[in-house]
Amino acid sequence: MADPITDIKRSAADDPAIDIAATAATATDALVKKQAAAMRIDLIKMITAAGSGHPGGSLSATDLVATLFFGGTLRFDAADPSWPDRDRFILSKGHAAPVLYAALARAGYFDTAELLTLRKFGSRLQGHPDSRKLPGVEVSTGSLGQGLSISSGLALGLAMEAKSAAENAAAKAAEAIAIPAKRVFVLLGDGECQEGQVWEAAMFAAHHKLSNLVAIIDNNNLQIDGRCSDINDLIDLAEKFAAFGWHVLKVDGHDVGAIQSALEEATAYELGPVAIVAATTKGKGVSFMENQCGWHGKAPNAEQCDQALKECGVCK
Amino acid sequence: MQMSEMKATREAYGATLLELLEEGHDVVAVDADLSGSTTTAKLGKVDPNRLVNVGIAEQNMMGIAAGLSLSGKLVFTGSFAVFATGRAYDQVRNTICYAGLNVKIAPTHAGLSVGADGGSHQMIEDIALMRVLPNMRVLVPADYTSAKAALRIAANTPGPVYVRMGRAPVPVLYEETDGFELGKARVLREGSDATIIACGVEVDFALKAADQLAEQGIDVEVVDAFSIKPLDEDTILASIRKTGSVITAEEHSIIGGLGSAVAELIAEKAPDALRTPMRRIGVQDRFGTSGDMDELFREYGLDVQALCAAVVSL
Repeated sequence: MADPITDIKRSAADDPAIDIAATAATATDALVKKQAAAMRIDLIKMITAAGSGHPGGSLSATDLVATLFFGGTLRFDAADPSWPDRDRFILSKGHAAPVLYAALARAGYFDTAELLTLRKFGSRLQGHPDSRKLPGVEVSTGSLGQGLSISSGLALGLAMEAKSAAENAAAKAAEAIAIPAKRVFVLLGDGECQEGQVWEAAMFAAHHKLSNLVAIIDNNNLQIDGRCSDINDLIDLAEKFAAFGWHVLKVDGHDVGAIQSALEEATAYELGPVAIVAATTKGKGVSFMENQCGWHGKAPNAEQCDQALKECGVCK
Repeated sequence: MQMSEMKATREAYGATLLELLEEGHDVVAVDADLSGSTTTAKLGKVDPNRLVNVGIAEQNMMGIAAGLSLSGKLVFTGSFAVFATGRAYDQVRNTICYAGLNVKIAPTHAGLSVGADGGSHQMIEDIALMRVLPNMRVLVPADYTSAKAALRIAANTPGPVYVRMGRAPVPVLYEETDGFELGKARVLREGSDATIIACGVEVDFALKAADQLAEQGIDVEVVDAFSIKPLDEDTILASIRKTGSVITAEEHSIIGGLGSAVAELIAEKAPDALRTPMRRIGVQDRFGTSGDMDELFREYGLDVQALCAAVVSL
């Protein structure tokens, strides 16, 4: 049996063997990086305007979410948020709502001006994502540990639907037709993986060989009260998911080329669910927030906001 | 009404899911290693794809049910009431009710009538826990027939619905599933001296108590509350105003269940009826214990004698 854990180290763009693909990949990477930079600026402004929110975990996940949305992997139609053939993205670590809202706005679900209503009374942009308020949010999240279960049920339901459609088509065509199931991508925090329900779901997804399910773990090793490894050590999430029967890819969660390669490999994998364990830095992109658990759930003041925006590429 | 057949409400679960499937509903049951006891195994026998057994993992069970509903399935999930509502409360609250997902929570083995398994397994707080959740509707069927009706109402009502079922065989009270509605109570016996508003297995005891009291010349009205949320305010208040005294009866804690719902209703919406004498028959803020149903209902003051005594005391 092949090693269930693979390190995705090299960006497709860096592969000298495939020049044409590399050129295309470079263009995609550049687009994703541009969107990621814009999203970092968005979310710093949003959280500052709100006066509360979660910058650390939003910034650690920005490159992952930007690559998923703008690297061409996630199939969606911003003009038709409930397009039946879309892939689903579920933000299990719901406190990173600002990064989801920034992605949805940049993808065209709503005007970026609305981002500044984050957490305000009457806003569709709730402190944690609310699917009853904001189109594009597939399901409400915020209580940690539940997204992988929801995603697994959804992936199973979509696989059942594809199987049934294939059987219907085959009945008409008198030949077997494979209809691919729509895919589900779910983003979890590493601290969140201390919730037991995550492992109930991990067992379930592997048991049902949910190959249309991809879990991305934002592995920044920080939670509110400190380092995950100091509070309740997750030890090695890649090993844990592999032990639960998942195919596991390890990746640098801030290398968009590598993330892109991992997403491509994950979606091509047909034998079961795939976990992408992404090594990330909490607060990535803002020097004074990086690796500081104090920035888990705190808004910057005006001065800190200016400094953060400068570092993220906005010149005053 | 004079039928002697005994059937557990839980038996309606698998049977009704099968009917819904045959009628073309895209129904899926999600169970947690209790599919024989909850009777969803019946559905799985007909089509294994229609029964998703998550193993012993109720929190995941609720999440899987939520995800399946997002894919368009009509999802029923159950287990025993103690696990479905207690163990997985946050999942029911934050994933299913907050997002208003189309998941039907239809557990079995609710109440003291679980019997020998004892207090750990006798769920007497579930009506309270489910009733307090926004978007949730709560149905407590009294017998096999009304359990079928409740499950059908759940299937045809978008959003979360809780259907409370029991383990023990109880008399079949209704001949047909017609006539049950969300938000509707049913007056099963008219009377002028006192009203017993009951749900679940207590409806049968209330009817028996009314028979016994009639021999003493006390004329009792019996209302099957059926829909605890929404509550049938008009029917309940009309009955209370008519008889001038009220007893609620449920195999549930007196705190937070039917009795509380009726007390809240009277206090807030019927100040004229505030002087109406009232008793709540239910479990008095204590846990259950092992025993057979008769012993337990006697010990906890839920049996026919307790109902009669409550009526006489008013």
